[in-house]
Amino acid sequence: MIYVDNAATTRMSQTALDAMLPFLTEGYGNPSSLHSVGQAAAEALQKARETVAACLNCAPREIIFTSGGSEADNQAIISAAAIGARKGKKHIVSTAFEHHAVLHTLQKLQKQGFEIELLPVGSAGTVTAEQVKKAIRDDTCLVTVMFANNEIGSILPVAEIGAVCREKGVLFHTDAVQAVGHLPIDVQAQNVDLLSLSAHKFHGPKGVGALFVKNGVPITPLIEGGAQERGKRAGTENVPAIVGMAAALKEAVEALAENAKKMTALRDQLIDGLARIPHSALNGDAVNRLPGNVNFCFEGIEGESLLLLLDAKGICASSGSACTSGSLDPSHVLLAIGRPHEVAHGSLRLSLCEANTQEDVDYILTEVPKIVERLRDLSPVWHDLTNGKRAFIL
Amino acid sequence: MALYTETVMDHFMNPRNVGEIENPDGVGEVGNAKCGDIMKMYLKIENGVIVDVKFETFGCGSAIASSSMATEMIKGKTIEEALAVTNKQVVEALGGLPAHKLHCSVLAEESIKAAVKDYYDKNGIEYDHSRFPDCENCAACHMV
Repeated sequence: MIYVDNAATTRMSQTALDAMLPFLTEGYGNPSSLHSVGQAAAEALQKARETVAACLNCAPREIIFTSGGSEADNQAIISAAAIGARKGKKHIVSTAFEHHAVLHTLQKLQKQGFEIELLPVGSAGTVTAEQVKKAIRDDTCLVTVMFANNEIGSILPVAEIGAVCREKGVLFHTDAVQAVGHLPIDVQAQNVDLLSLSAHKFHGPKGVGALFVKNGVPITPLIEGGAQERGKRAGTENVPAIVGMAAALKEAVEALAENAKKMTALRDQLIDGLARIPHSALNGDAVNRLPGNVNFCFEGIEGESLLLLLDAKGICASSGSACTSGSLDPSHVLLAIGRPHEVAHGSLRLSLCEANTQEDVDYILTEVPKIVERLRDLSPVWHDLTNGKRAFIL
Repeated sequence: MALYTETVMDHFMNPRNVGEIENPDGVGEVGNAKCGDIMKMYLKIENGVIVDVKFETFGCGSAIASSSMATEMIKGKTIEEALAVTNKQVVEALGGLPAHKLHCSVLAEESIKAAVKDYYDKNGIEYDHSRFPDCENCAACHMV
């Protein structure tokens, strides 16, 4: 089996598992308990907080552990909106191709009277600091721009956008779920006020993530209850998962440069190889992209059937096709970069991790062209394209 | 649990009656590329009997499986029998489809009807127009 869907989730690392196991067995204490079993858990929690903070270059008290990236995104945006509302500022700037954890939270705020401005991302899938600067108004309370896009892998100029926000005195949140563990992160140098991350994107366990909150930014709890996470996130901490996340993050950050180099080389071979398929196109920028991300559109075919045939050949990938999402519309990301619906349905995302090999790449490049051809043979759209009854888009 | 039944996967992996019929007696195309599903059905009709049927489909696994199954269900049948095939029967024959894929079976039913309608139109045969909804009013695009 070749797993190239690492942007969806990753295999948990042995290091993370080894770190977690004691807390799933003997170390079952509640960190809020006064006794020794509880205090051992509290100590592990504190160590994990220090590790995560070191990986982001922030203070341990600036980390709130959450159930994952979605919760962190929700909490960051809801908090910034609450701060804005208190000052009568109800304008939020974001981009058209954010993750739904961001977009749907923004839609909710829109219904509550906030004005949401989604910046266009162009064909390369990015926004400039200049665009953000122009969009910021006196009543802007938040800029939320993802660090790297989950579908097309484009990397956004977060440090520059953060600098603009600092200059204008506007809070800046970045959904860094796809970036943490894969790209260098330094919340101070990158001028970030709020940053979301998710453990299972860098070989940590599922159901755990974190929100970095710059010291002094008041945070609204989404979950009321006990005083865990300094009263910002109630509920007994998921100690094993948090410990696993910290171990996985440390490992990922230590090997970041080496992994990126390896993955980039494999990624570029995939891009070059898939580009040889006629009437195909790379989605996103060829250079400015996550080390493991490959995303193509193949004209005349539909993505779900492509995934099923790939799966039958032992290749696990994903697509932005509507059929994989349960709606009529294909990926909002592909539409945002200007791909028409009919082309966006035929997309394929391959997302690598450092465990992928040259053999994986060679096998994928042997199988994908055959499968695309097979589906095109079956496709009335493809026949219309080749007969000239329909114009090629790609 | 797998997304699709074994029958769906069999018809998807080994679709029956794929291709085009030269000089068909009826052709029906339903769906649109924008929605991500197009089915095209070709019929060869002799003495009111569908003697041959082929299909081409742009779409997901269940769309391909539904059209393949539909061709098997109408091959060798009379036109009236073919028109009586419902999307529910296609779903049953496939051993079920996930709820958000039911529109694929509707497209399969509609593609049969569209091909028969084309046959009637080409041959100047009178028919009850209410039995053939136009694409705009077809249920498939409104089911998701």
